[in-house]
Amino acid sequence: MSVRTIATTRSAAGLPTGRLAVWWVLVSEIVIFGGVLVSYVMHRLGHPEWAAEAAHTNMWAGGFNTLVLLTSSLSAVLAHQAAEGGDGPKAARLLRLTALGGLIFLTVKSFEWTHEIREGFTIQAGGFWSYYYTAAGLHAFHVLAGAVIMLFIAADAAKNRDLHRVENIGIYWHFVDIVWIFLFPLLYIAK
Amino acid sequence: MTTAAHAESHGPHRNYVGIWGILTVLLLISVTGPLLGIRTVTLITAFGVALIKAYLVAKNFMHLDIERPIVHFMLAVVLTLMVLLYAGLAPDVQKSEGSHWKKSAGFHYVSEQARGKAETESEHGSPPDRK
Amino acid sequence: MAHTITHDEHAAGATHGPHGRQSFFHKYLWSTDHKIIALQYTFTGMLMAMIGAFMAYVFRMQLAFPGRPVPGFGIVGPHEYNALVTNHGSLMIFWVAMPILLAGFGNFLIPLMVGADDMVFPRINRLSYQLFFLSAVVILASLFVPGGGFGGAWTAYPPLSAKQAFNLTPLGSTLWVIAVALEFIAFLLGGINFIVTAMNARAPGMKAFDVPIVVWTIVMASLLFMASVGPLIAGAVMLLFDQLLGTSFFDPNRGGDPFLWQHLFWFFGHPEVYVVLFPTMGMVAEIMTVFARKKLFGYRLIIYTFIATGILSFFVWAHHQFVAGIDPRMANVFTVTTLIISVPIAEMCFLYIATLYGGSITFSVPMLWALSFMAEFLIGGVTGIYLGASGLDIHLHDTYFVIAHFHYTFFPIAIIGTFAGITYWFPKIFGRMMNETWGKIHFWGTIIPFNGIFLPLFVLGARGEHRRIFDYHAFPDLDNPQMAAMRIFATVSLLVMLAFQPIFLVNFINGMRRGRKAERNPWRANTLEWTADSPPPHGNWSTMPQVYRGPYEYSVPGRAEDYWPQNEPA
Repeated sequence: MSVRTIATTRSAAGLPTGRLAVWWVLVSEIVIFGGVLVSYVMHRLGHPEWAAEAAHTNMWAGGFNTLVLLTSSLSAVLAHQAAEGGDGPKAARLLRLTALGGLIFLTVKSFEWTHEIREGFTIQAGGFWSYYYTAAGLHAFHVLAGAVIMLFIAADAAKNRDLHRVENIGIYWHFVDIVWIFLFPLLYIAK
Repeated sequence: MTTAAHAESHGPHRNYVGIWGILTVLLLISVTGPLLGIRTVTLITAFGVALIKAYLVAKNFMHLDIERPIVHFMLAVVLTLMVLLYAGLAPDVQKSEGSHWKKSAGFHYVSEQARGKAETESEHGSPPDRK
Repeated sequence: MAHTITHDEHAAGATHGPHGRQSFFHKYLWSTDHKIIALQYTFTGMLMAMIGAFMAYVFRMQLAFPGRPVPGFGIVGPHEYNALVTNHGSLMIFWVAMPILLAGFGNFLIPLMVGADDMVFPRINRLSYQLFFLSAVVILASLFVPGGGFGGAWTAYPPLSAKQAFNLTPLGSTLWVIAVALEFIAFLLGGINFIVTAMNARAPGMKAFDVPIVVWTIVMASLLFMASVGPLIAGAVMLLFDQLLGTSFFDPNRGGDPFLWQHLFWFFGHPEVYVVLFPTMGMVAEIMTVFARKKLFGYRLIIYTFIATGILSFFVWAHHQFVAGIDPRMANVFTVTTLIISVPIAEMCFLYIATLYGGSITFSVPMLWALSFMAEFLIGGVTGIYLGASGLDIHLHDTYFVIAHFHYTFFPIAIIGTFAGITYWFPKIFGRMMNETWGKIHFWGTIIPFNGIFLPLFVLGARGEHRRIFDYHAFPDLDNPQMAAMRIFATVSLLVMLAFQPIFLVNFINGMRRGRKAERNPWRANTLEWTADSPPPHGNWSTMPQVYRGPYEYSVPGRAEDYWPQNEPA
């Protein structure tokens, strides 16, 4: 049961409240990820020897995960399109597909990390690995949280309720995708 | 292949699957670039592609091009802030030495690492620090 | 800005959950009503203030009478001293100033002043308080765990904060980081609510420049917080991982850099002081216009100045690191920016004074607090100029001069600001009046001793007294009778000041229960909150207001009344 206020329905700034709020969430996330990534970039540029450590990351796993997230972004925007057309059940299906993409991403990552840890590349193995696990871990946490929220919104959308939220969770999901688009070269390709 | 239905509130007709196709091609470029072994090429394909991909997702999937100007402003400010963060911190954090200082502790660690790698053929990283 | 009104209902109550009697739990502990959440934040902050004040009492007793057991605490050794000063600072900034000024007043005032029935996301609002409450529990718990509370200063520099071998408080230091991180997340959530509500949920007719200055300043504070805290959240995660997982982010022996923490911390730490300053300056402006019966002089200029100050605040942070080993050429740059930032603040002081000039001034209790804020903050600000000059800072860094400077700024911001806001809005919040006479006695009993505590500290600092030292017997040039006398004077002043605080508490509690019933608009003010009932019901108004003018139409020539509420039709 929702607590709807008159305040939520107003739009003095010219866009719906929910969408405005999601953009503010992204602004705050940009500074958080920015902090981690700026720190990483400075250390990476200052420690050329880290390239040797980075050589041990699995570019194919990373690349596959990039493809997974890109595809899940596609299903997210198609879900938005369905919601715009008033087709709640279709939007719900596409959102669930997106969440499935997130789950595949996390599964691949857990296999990837398990392998790396077995090889001895733990989070304590060096500066590079500290950043590798922290940055990707922070991102993975956002993937998980996003997928969970998405499933709740999908449940409502299936009943044609609160369809405007499909767009909003989609915007969040695309952001998570874009963060990975940059993490991939930073952690995997730059060797 | 599904065709995208026309949604009035999103300005021009967009082919979402087509965009996804372009993104996938770009991804392939970015993973094959390093195989050529030329550093400059690798960097351009990796990061150049990342920028293009991010732009495409932001424009077409997040509909940033038809979003209200205030959102553009918010994003521009906060991204500039991250550039400021880098500019303010890098002189101290990125450099390992300056005209009158050197991060000697770090140098010891690095040179020990290098010596350790030269001596053994193990692929393992250094043992964890004991607290 | 386009202003789309969808449907503005009359029956505000109809959109909320079922009416009828709510249990105490639902009404007061599980509420989504912004006014209740405001009170939750404020009461929690006030409780934490008492704990923080107790810590100050203990360590100041140790400083005045070293080695003697402190009544109510016992012997203060170096370990205890470090934990006391660390947690005093952390509590006062994160668990007193921010919850009261930003979350308490922000939550109460923003919907009422923009003419909304609540925040745009009431359940996220409730969640933000619950996270904040959890963070308060965690920080208090950190004081009682084996090893004791974290003692590495509120700035928590690694390697001291990262390695338990150095800080000797393995549990305390980890809980400290977790508490701070939780508090940050709580305020991020709350901040989004404030910003979106002010941007989107304004009453019909309320344009951007019809919004009261205190809403502007609280929203700007939320923006500053959001922009600056991100890198420190990243840093806090990194510090936590260094503590618990053996990462090497800040370990110089393994390729990390403790300096990174300093930069991440102060990149946030400097804008943070403006995060707490802005709400208080907004409240002071509201109080001054009402009790001088004059419009705010240069309202738009003040807003632009606040924006400029906020932007500038991102360019001064390394003045906290002048002697940490930064490039002296960078120190030059930061000296210049630090001195520049005093200009807009000084300009605002002049604008506030101009607001008072020629006004019909009433020295009510809120006005006394507002005026004293100006005077005391001025002293604090001016002494910042000394510290901002990097050459002089070499001598003054890490001395009591710094402590005196930031207490002459923080105390007006947090404590005077709180008293000003509470005494002004009390009638609206509780529907009753506080006692004026007791208010004035409390005022003088606070302000005079406050100066007694911190003025001597400037002198002590200039003479070289270092910070964070529990006993000066080991420092022969600091261990002389004159300096000891000043330490004792400061401590006695603190005792006097603390002795006057129960007056406020009694006035507050008595006022809540048995104060004279307040009318809707006892101060005859213009802003929208005074058109709601005292106290406002759930949903604030049965008919949502419509706005016709700005908030500062006082003493308009030709009108019978010397005020002109925003919602009165022309």
